[in-house]
Amino acid sequence: MRLRYLALIVYFGFLLLPIYWLVNMSLKTNVEITSGLTLWPQNLTFANYVTILTDQSWYSGYINSFIYVAMNTAISLTVALPAAYAFSRYRFIGDKHMFFWLLTNRMAPPAVFVLPFFQLYQTFGLFDTHIAVALAHCLFNVPLAVWILEGFMSGVPKEIDETAYVDGYSFPRFFLFVFMPLIKAGIGVTAFFCFMFSWVELLMARTLTSVAAKPIGAIMTRTVSAAGMDWGTLAAAGVLTIVPGVLVIYFVRNYMAKGFALGRV
Amino acid sequence: MTTLELRSVNRLEGDELHLDDIRLSLESGRLYVLLGPTNAGKTSLLRVMAGLDRPSTGRVLIGGQDVTGRSVRRRNVAMVYQQFVNYPSFTVYDNIASPLRLKGLRRAEVDKKVRETAELLHIEPLLQRLPAELSGGQQQRCAIARALVKEAELLLLDEPLVNLDYKLREELRTELRALFERRSAIVVYATTEPMEALVMGGHAVVMGEGRVLQSGPTLEVYHRPSSARVAAVFSDPTMNMVDVNIRGGEARTPAGLVLPLGGELADLRQGRFRLGVRANHLSLRRRGAADIEIKGTVDLAEISGSETFVHFRHNNLDWVVQEAGVHPLARGAEASFYLDPAKLYFFGDTGALERAPSSLPLDSAA
Repeated sequence: MRLRYLALIVYFGFLLLPIYWLVNMSLKTNVEITSGLTLWPQNLTFANYVTILTDQSWYSGYINSFIYVAMNTAISLTVALPAAYAFSRYRFIGDKHMFFWLLTNRMAPPAVFVLPFFQLYQTFGLFDTHIAVALAHCLFNVPLAVWILEGFMSGVPKEIDETAYVDGYSFPRFFLFVFMPLIKAGIGVTAFFCFMFSWVELLMARTLTSVAAKPIGAIMTRTVSAAGMDWGTLAAAGVLTIVPGVLVIYFVRNYMAKGFALGRV
Repeated sequence: MTTLELRSVNRLEGDELHLDDIRLSLESGRLYVLLGPTNAGKTSLLRVMAGLDRPSTGRVLIGGQDVTGRSVRRRNVAMVYQQFVNYPSFTVYDNIASPLRLKGLRRAEVDKKVRETAELLHIEPLLQRLPAELSGGQQQRCAIARALVKEAELLLLDEPLVNLDYKLREELRTELRALFERRSAIVVYATTEPMEALVMGGHAVVMGEGRVLQSGPTLEVYHRPSSARVAAVFSDPTMNMVDVNIRGGEARTPAGLVLPLGGELADLRQGRFRLGVRANHLSLRRRGAADIEIKGTVDLAEISGSETFVHFRHNNLDWVVQEAGVHPLARGAEASFYLDPAKLYFFGDTGALERAPSSLPLDSAA
């Protein structure tokens, strides 16, 4: 019993060590970071955070990221909800193949799609816009959303749909007021996964933007200035990048397992 | 006064024929009991009646109007499923109110009707709860209330009581019967249980393998099943059936049992018959001078409280005797049971009824 606790403590120690170090660094001055090993900040400072939250070139990165992530989540859900409903309720020619084909979209590495997307967006004048990144991320998020939502929807008995039609519900009204409340956990989990993948994705977000829609991830990789590496600010940016994810995870923590199993528990 | 008419309705699902040439005409203000074993096509038929499924061929008419292709939303039907289907995210009140709100009724009117119906089904104290917080019986009451409140011209119930425990089932059954009597709708009630069909009364539509085997007033169908199959479906426990050969005023089974046929049975034609007798017409006691004694070995005696079902074996023939009271008979014991020839059904080679007991009362209650 005690061994188990010990093992768990060691495990969590290893897990949290990098995050602790990041937080630790973000509260130090650059001088302290580069001068030697200190386990906690000797001269506690919030200057790094102040820099990020006041310097437009920093905080605009967060705003840009939030905009395209929100756009992507909204688009993915709007597209995936009807698609998943169709897959879960109707049989049509090739439905199984199409369902599997959706998932194969996730199997190709993003790098494969970067070049065509870049060229395409340049041509259509979408380069360096938020919608460009949001659309590009749909390539991965829509299939995932369809898969997760289909699992949750198949858990709702078909008789509920029929009862609603017998009662006289129109389809949109039934879908919005009867059906969606029943799969709200699934919608939450799906939104979380869309948010997460879009938030952490860097390659496409960086390639498809230059200035106006530059994401925080891209800004963080370009912080080598003439004065050398700005370690403290970079660490603070890292901490702030983790925070939204932690918050979102907190809200869907009870449904995570079901979400990872694509709703099929 | 509306009628629901099914004209040669067929339904294929894949290669399987679920409904085979259904011709029925149902009138409003009446209760129709759809009786048949599982997979007889009861649910398929109800779904076609509701408009949830389209018949593969054939037509459905309501009040003379062809509604074959009309969507269920634009028909005036209500349906209760075997599973307790309610809107899980709505309270009981909102569940019952939803069909009324969709009709565009005013708030006060909705409220009045919801409370009336809830009172009828004894779920008034539960109106503010969610369906998941109710017991099975209460959930089904809620579903039934939602179906009743709509006052649809066609009310379909697909084995609504089958998932409830015995006591609740009996209680709800009698309540439902009283509720249906006051309705002007066409009520169709599907069940697998002959007992339930008899309690509900009305008209019986006996189904088997996707066909309508017989339809008519329930008691009449019960007393005069048109074929051996109907008799088997509409009998619980299943009717005892024996193949016999009739010659010279005697019915002889292949195993050598001889049943003398006197009185009005003397004029039966000679030849092969399938002979049927209900378990409750067999007795462990001699009840009349004409009774024929059959000796057999007890296979099993099921005691259900007020009555006993004794399974006999006689020369490779199985018989079930239903006797009032508790009769603990040991397995393997030798015992006699008695058969009254006046209670015998005679079915011909094709299974068609040739002679039903004439001593049975034929009151047409419906």
